[in-house]
Amino acid sequence: MDSNIVDIVANFLRADIRSATPILLAAIGLVFMERSGVINIGVEGMMLIGTLSAVIGSLYLGSAWMGVLVAMLSTGLIGLLFAFLVVTIRANQVVVGMAINILGIGLTTSLARIIFGLNMAPPKIDTFKAYTIPVLSKIPVLGPALFNQMAIVYLALLLVPITHYLLFKTTIGLKVRAVGEHPKAADTVGINVFKVRYASIVGGAMLSGVAGAYLSLGLLSFFSEGMVAGRGFIALAAVIFGKWSPIGALGAALLFGAGDALQIRMQAMGSSIPYQFLLMLPYILTVVALAGFVGKSTPPAASGIPYTKE
Amino acid sequence: MSAYLRMINICKQFPGVLANDHVNFELFKGEVHALLGENGAGKSTLMNILSGLYPPTSGEIWLNGKEVHVNSPKTAIELGIGMVHQHFMLIPALSVVENIVLGIKQKREPFLDLKELAADIQNLAMQYGMKIDPFAKVWQISVGEQQRVEIIKALYRGAELLILDEPTAVLTPQETEELFKMIRSLTKKGHTVVFISHKLNEVKEISDRITVLRQGKNVGTVQNSSITKEELAKMMVGREIKLCSSKGTGVKKDVILELKEIEAQNNKHLKALKKISLEVRKGEILGIAGVDGNGQSELVEAITGLRTITHGKVLLNGKDVTNMSPRTILDSSVSHIPEDRHLMGLVMTGTLKENAILINYHKPPFSSGAFLNWKYITNYTCKLIKEYDVRTPSEDVLAKNLSGGNQQKLILARELDRNPDLLIAMHPTRGLDVGAIEYIYNKITEQRDKGSAVLLVSTELDEILTLSDRIAVIYEGQIMGIIDCQFADIEHLGLMMAGTPIDQIKKQVS
Amino acid sequence: MREQNTEHLKRFVIKALKNTSTPLLAIFFALLVGAIIIYFMGISPFDAYRSLLRGSLGSKSAVAETFIKATPLILTGLAFGFAYRCGLFNIGAEGQLFMGAFCAAAVGIYVKGLPIIFHLPLAVFAGFIGGGLWGLLAGWLKVRYGANEIITTVMFNYVAIHWVSYLVTGPLKAPPGSMPHSSPVEITAQLTRILPGTRLHLGIIIALLALIFFYIFLWYTKKGYEIRMVGLNPNAARYAGMNPARNIILAMFLAGGMGGLAGASELLGVQHRLMQGLSPGYGFDGIAVALLGKNSPLGILFAAILFGILRSGGNLMQMLNGVPVAIIYVIQALVIIFVVSEHILKSENRKVWLNKISNKIKLSKGGSSN
Repeated sequence: MDSNIVDIVANFLRADIRSATPILLAAIGLVFMERSGVINIGVEGMMLIGTLSAVIGSLYLGSAWMGVLVAMLSTGLIGLLFAFLVVTIRANQVVVGMAINILGIGLTTSLARIIFGLNMAPPKIDTFKAYTIPVLSKIPVLGPALFNQMAIVYLALLLVPITHYLLFKTTIGLKVRAVGEHPKAADTVGINVFKVRYASIVGGAMLSGVAGAYLSLGLLSFFSEGMVAGRGFIALAAVIFGKWSPIGALGAALLFGAGDALQIRMQAMGSSIPYQFLLMLPYILTVVALAGFVGKSTPPAASGIPYTKE
Repeated sequence: MSAYLRMINICKQFPGVLANDHVNFELFKGEVHALLGENGAGKSTLMNILSGLYPPTSGEIWLNGKEVHVNSPKTAIELGIGMVHQHFMLIPALSVVENIVLGIKQKREPFLDLKELAADIQNLAMQYGMKIDPFAKVWQISVGEQQRVEIIKALYRGAELLILDEPTAVLTPQETEELFKMIRSLTKKGHTVVFISHKLNEVKEISDRITVLRQGKNVGTVQNSSITKEELAKMMVGREIKLCSSKGTGVKKDVILELKEIEAQNNKHLKALKKISLEVRKGEILGIAGVDGNGQSELVEAITGLRTITHGKVLLNGKDVTNMSPRTILDSSVSHIPEDRHLMGLVMTGTLKENAILINYHKPPFSSGAFLNWKYITNYTCKLIKEYDVRTPSEDVLAKNLSGGNQQKLILARELDRNPDLLIAMHPTRGLDVGAIEYIYNKITEQRDKGSAVLLVSTELDEILTLSDRIAVIYEGQIMGIIDCQFADIEHLGLMMAGTPIDQIKKQVS
Repeated sequence: MREQNTEHLKRFVIKALKNTSTPLLAIFFALLVGAIIIYFMGISPFDAYRSLLRGSLGSKSAVAETFIKATPLILTGLAFGFAYRCGLFNIGAEGQLFMGAFCAAAVGIYVKGLPIIFHLPLAVFAGFIGGGLWGLLAGWLKVRYGANEIITTVMFNYVAIHWVSYLVTGPLKAPPGSMPHSSPVEITAQLTRILPGTRLHLGIIIALLALIFFYIFLWYTKKGYEIRMVGLNPNAARYAGMNPARNIILAMFLAGGMGGLAGASELLGVQHRLMQGLSPGYGFDGIAVALLGKNSPLGILFAAILFGILRSGGNLMQMLNGVPVAIIYVIQALVIIFVVSEHILKSENRKVWLNKISNKIKLSKGGSSN
């Protein structure tokens, strides 16, 4: 094999994983929400709130990890608001999700103006740097692609088996799945439907905060308005295309990330193939999967329906 | 023998109905005790109280000589009381083992060793001679197997007492045999089983003792061995029989509706109607009697075009309308008072005007061309409200703001005003007060006298006997027999409703 | 006779109050929270809101800008409302807007030599059809394959946006220069300005006509009646001989068409060229408009004007008082949240809530052990 091609492949894989990480993090959070029977269209707004909170945290507390923590706390609070509205008040989930998106744009843009002023000159903040894992990073192709990434990327990849285990091999996951499929049956065996949904929503929202933090402290090193740029909706697509499982979400995120990495390269090279079709791909594939043209994806049975205890 | 469980003076008041009226109920350990009664007799309510689904309005429950308070299904199972509902509480997307262990604290919480658990469950099932595949998803297995899963789920949670609510309603005859074997091995191992049913044959076959409920009251508890089917039927339906009101002229008039061996499936794709043939003539009311869930809904839906007919023919005035669209059938002079006014009969969040034209809106004078004729519709609605005495502040209020009786009157007005050749009425008086019932009876009879053919479907035997000229009894999607009202015999009707065909009854008599 | 009239009037007033109390309360609370946020920025909320009003209603051109902003909001509000009346959630107005703009642009640019009385209506109609078919696709996928329209319409938004992005960087790109937008549409396809000295264009008339169509179609025609009955109770509709599937497809077509008109109006009236930044999220704001307006024609009109006021006045508020214009999004989001929380504001539910809370307190005191 030509060493040049090896490099190109390795670089491409590396870029793919970098693009896939925020989608993956948000998607894993969404898997938990959706498995508990909650549709969250507001993930885009949650991620956006995560991006700014992370920058603020890093700026004032001096470390990127503190930024992640602040992002998790603020999106956790938004998650709590979301949960209160859709679980306790039983407001329509789609409508509240849209409201969260609008709130995300409004809050982050206003706060950024107030905190950083109009000039938006980016102050220096602590961001994530790539951390090369010794030995492993020497493996050809996979080494530089997989083991020369930011710590948060390793974390995201590690979350896949962990959440898979949690969802399918523990009583916690069993409760979440039961509540999303048939809340009444879960209720009759003594499971607190409201608690499970609250926990899934808040936990999922916190993961969307981590996804946001990765965008503003990893991919870029500052906040810019609307910087999530549809990645929340792509995460939503990844969950559906990945059939509501963490491993499926990883596959979908890598596929969509590859599309993204490819289109960036194509744009840079001035390729004549229109890159926009690659950008459309996640959405089209998701609709195709939802309609069941190839291996139908069926959402949890109680998805989107508020639960009323008799 | 001292009682294992005693329910003392149980009362349950629902809005408008006293579902259990000072019921006393006793169980001995290790027996199969059948709870027999018609629909609405209060069987399920009594057992739902015992399994912690509803609190009783008053009364006590004693278990093993101690008073207990069962305030949730969870406490019930902790006391060893498990119930298998008619509608299973299983989660189709999860596997059998996941369903069984759901909500149980694990040895190494929160870790779940599904393989070990599956082995345990297999063992348990084997002890009772049951076969299950613990890793199959519930949606993949048959209804009979799902029931087995429900039973094992209760046993796994330590149920001593097992309540089975109409367990054979969803089973094939072979599966029923299997179930009975299971029940016998359960009692052999010391479990107690309550078997809720309205089917006499099955009750006679499986139970040790039988308690009959009627209109929320305990009519009596008897030893199975010391009572006949006929006596049980009488206990179950026995009441003052109203005199048949039909004139029964005996002159045969034109056939309006004719069913020729029609068959159809229910929503679970099981055969719900089996070769049903009958005819309804001009100027007569044919009553379809039977316990709920024996194919009545499917029958009405098949006739009105709402359900696909898989075999046979429906003729209206001699014209074949099998599997025609609902619109075509309604437009061939058919009116339909549907079984559920909330789900089907009315648009609850629509105004009375919008509901009054629900069937006829597409025809002049209600509309002309593409447009609705609101002026005419308003006058028409006011006319209906006046003629049918619908109590409402105005024709612009929403249907949901009317009382149940007035809602039903509105449907009646809409359907009868079309002066149909065929009127199909299903449970026309369900949930209504006496005044409204009387009114609706009069209107239906009037319509018959005007020359309409009426198909009346009801689970209220009184209603059938009051209104019908002829009575057909439906049981598991089959017609057990059709008799003239004047020759109707309550005992025979009871036997037919519990699954004995009329030919057999006649043979026994002669 | 007179008594009857006063009785009618009384009923009308009560009904009007009942229908507007929640939206008005929601607006009030949202503005209040907005004011608190502004206060904490160290700015007088009173001054800020005064600038907001001045910037949106203070002059002829300000009012014109407000109506320019309200135009697409009315139409995208109708895009949500049409589907909602049939029991559907159309989150796809943004995509339908882009598809409508694309079709209007195609007709506006490539059809040449027609007089304005033919060319302009043709371009507007093309926008309607473009958005309509995009909506219909989601309706068809729902009816035929059971694909949830909420998800498909969300996904179709981005497909449409990227499609337009492709067009303006590729096949439709204006020949010279590097700006990613198309050539301008022919002058005969541009929506005429209707108020001298301002940018106000015929689009507002289209939006008002669409509102009237919405009202007459849904409440005065047989098809509209069917759509509403299917939306309120599909089982009853089927029982009565209507065809829910066909009505769903029709409703999604009309809903999409409204979104398409919004795109056509923005393109032919404001931008004149197809470009990526054609809409600052009008499609999403339309959802808020429709919800606030309770999916009724008048409600949508007033809600769209309110949001138009926020959008056009926000800039002056930022310039004069230094309040970030994005605060209007916060207010908008809060309006939606307060509207959907309506049922705890209602008095009959307040009791239930108090009971619930007191029960909780009792439970925690009793220390229920499970």
